[in-house]
Amino acid sequence: MTPLAASMPTLSMENLQVTYALAGGFSAAVRDVSLTVSSRECLGIVGESGCGKTQVFTAAMGLLSGNARASGSVRFDGREILGLAPHALNRIRGSELTMIFQDPMSALTPHLRIGVQLAEVLVTHRGFTWRDAMRAARFILERVRVPEAHRRLRQYPHELSGGMRQRVMIGMSLLCEPKLLIADEPTSALDVTVQAQIMDLLRAVRLEAAMAMVLISHDLGVVAGLADRIIVMYAGRVVEAAAAGELLRHAHHPYTDLLIKCVPNLRAARLERMPCLPGQAPGAAMQERGCAFAPRCPRATEQCRSERPLLRSVQRSAQVACHHPLSP
Amino acid sequence: MSGALLEVRNLSVNFGAFAALAEVNFGLSAGETVGLVGESGAGKSTLARALLRLIPAARGSVMWCGMDLLTCDAVVLRRQRRDLQMIFQDPLASLDPRMTVGGALAEPLEIFEPSLPAQARRLRTARMLQRVGLAPEAADRYPHEFSGGQCQRIGIARAMMLRPKLLVCDEPVSSLDVSIQGQIVNLLMDLQHEFGTAMLFISHNLAVVRHISHRILVMYLGRVVERAARDDLFQAPAHPYTRALLAAVPDPTRAPAPGAGVADQTLAAAVEPPPGGVVPSGCAFRHRCRHAQEICEHEVPQLEAVNERHAVACHRWRAIAGDA
Repeated sequence: MTPLAASMPTLSMENLQVTYALAGGFSAAVRDVSLTVSSRECLGIVGESGCGKTQVFTAAMGLLSGNARASGSVRFDGREILGLAPHALNRIRGSELTMIFQDPMSALTPHLRIGVQLAEVLVTHRGFTWRDAMRAARFILERVRVPEAHRRLRQYPHELSGGMRQRVMIGMSLLCEPKLLIADEPTSALDVTVQAQIMDLLRAVRLEAAMAMVLISHDLGVVAGLADRIIVMYAGRVVEAAAAGELLRHAHHPYTDLLIKCVPNLRAARLERMPCLPGQAPGAAMQERGCAFAPRCPRATEQCRSERPLLRSVQRSAQVACHHPLSP
Repeated sequence: MSGALLEVRNLSVNFGAFAALAEVNFGLSAGETVGLVGESGAGKSTLARALLRLIPAARGSVMWCGMDLLTCDAVVLRRQRRDLQMIFQDPLASLDPRMTVGGALAEPLEIFEPSLPAQARRLRTARMLQRVGLAPEAADRYPHEFSGGQCQRIGIARAMMLRPKLLVCDEPVSSLDVSIQGQIVNLLMDLQHEFGTAMLFISHNLAVVRHISHRILVMYLGRVVERAARDDLFQAPAHPYTRALLAAVPDPTRAPAPGAGVADQTLAAAVEPPPGGVVPSGCAFRHRCRHAQEICEHEVPQLEAVNERHAVACHRWRAIAGDA
């Protein structure tokens, strides 16, 4: 995979593998993933539950569980971070490289006030005094448009709504001016109205903060509104990668095409049947033979069942892993 | 529609001093689906639970087959339970982790049809599993062995075992991948077609509700603010809140321009509904509404007819009807 930007990418992964040791043997959650995130770029990662999209970045952050093994290379800001010792990773995590999650309630400490949790980041990573850190915490809450910021600082996480908690998490992730923010399903637990607000906020902070962003979601509709480039994953592998506009206008992989058709579109006429993908995505325990998507694919042939398609370039910026890609 | 199966009148629920549900009215006929939309805290689940008498109502009645479910005798209510079933948002949490799928499906039969021989129970269980798209062998496995979509199929199978007249679906697809949501919605529509089940379908997502519902109720802070036949609601939403909900559904074909806020264009301010325990005076939506005027502060708007299939509770709906 060739990096798009001529300058050094913020994040680059090569041949990343994540395997889990289970009672019955090994299972591969991530299989040979290579990708880059350029500075200031927003990369969208799309796929169904179990496709490995979260695992890729959990591995990059060094947050995998004990029975997982990651191999390959993850370079952040030019430096190899895969396999780095926790104390070395801790200098990067939460400051230069930050992550927000689907459930902000479980990401916040329930018995600490919001202000303390925010200020602690600056005290730990930047050596601020508590007094200065509290002032910075208030500024950051105003920046992520939390109304009555001074009052919120004294509240506990359970006193905030889901949308406000996610704003606090975004604020926390911005405190140290990160080079890269990874947002893992940041709006999946929220109402559509609040989702729209959080997406607006992410769009705004990305421009203000001049940082790179990775947006992970099962909903192509959410990713489409923010990403410059989109990577589609299936069964632990990248199956398509392209500039966002190009991918949405013209998908090459039949899986991408079906995912696009599944995004509810209120502007289109109502269909008798709600569009969906048949069957379900294979889990990580799947034995790989041929194309993993073949059992659900309307274009699958004998070749697809026996021979695994490799990721190859199809157009200027697009790559696809399919024997029978959709032609323009 | 004539011959309503369910008729909810002036249903109100209070949690302490907080009016979680205020004067809700609607009817539901056999084979019909009513969609219930609104944000968290709108009272959607409260309505569902109150009409099934799972939580006490403060006022109102729920007429069902000639009786009021809210006042009828507990023994009578228990007999009706077989016709009143419910499925939930988290399908795994609503299944007993230590019970096989077959056991979970057979349980309603053991309770309501105790004379049925075990052989017949197994047969009906296997048939229902196939009907919802699972292999009959699934009966011997446990819930954790299934994906989210499959667990929801199991939840639906369990609810449908007794061929209920009413199925209440509380956010049944909200925790599923977008690619799988359609499978469940289509399955529910097929089952309704086959068994004539009436459905109350709760979701915060209008795109999902649009597919399955014949009529739609939009709720805000405990009140129905708009009530319409499906196509009327989507073609001519009258309440500013309904319009905001519609605008919030992401549109993949039209990426927003950088800096242009989707939410901010439709709502006056990026504020959320007030926290639980407080319902503002007058129109509860006025703080977020860019059309709010003085009258909205003082008077609670009542539902008034836009046409015979469409009603809205907004002081300003006529004035803003032309607005995009």
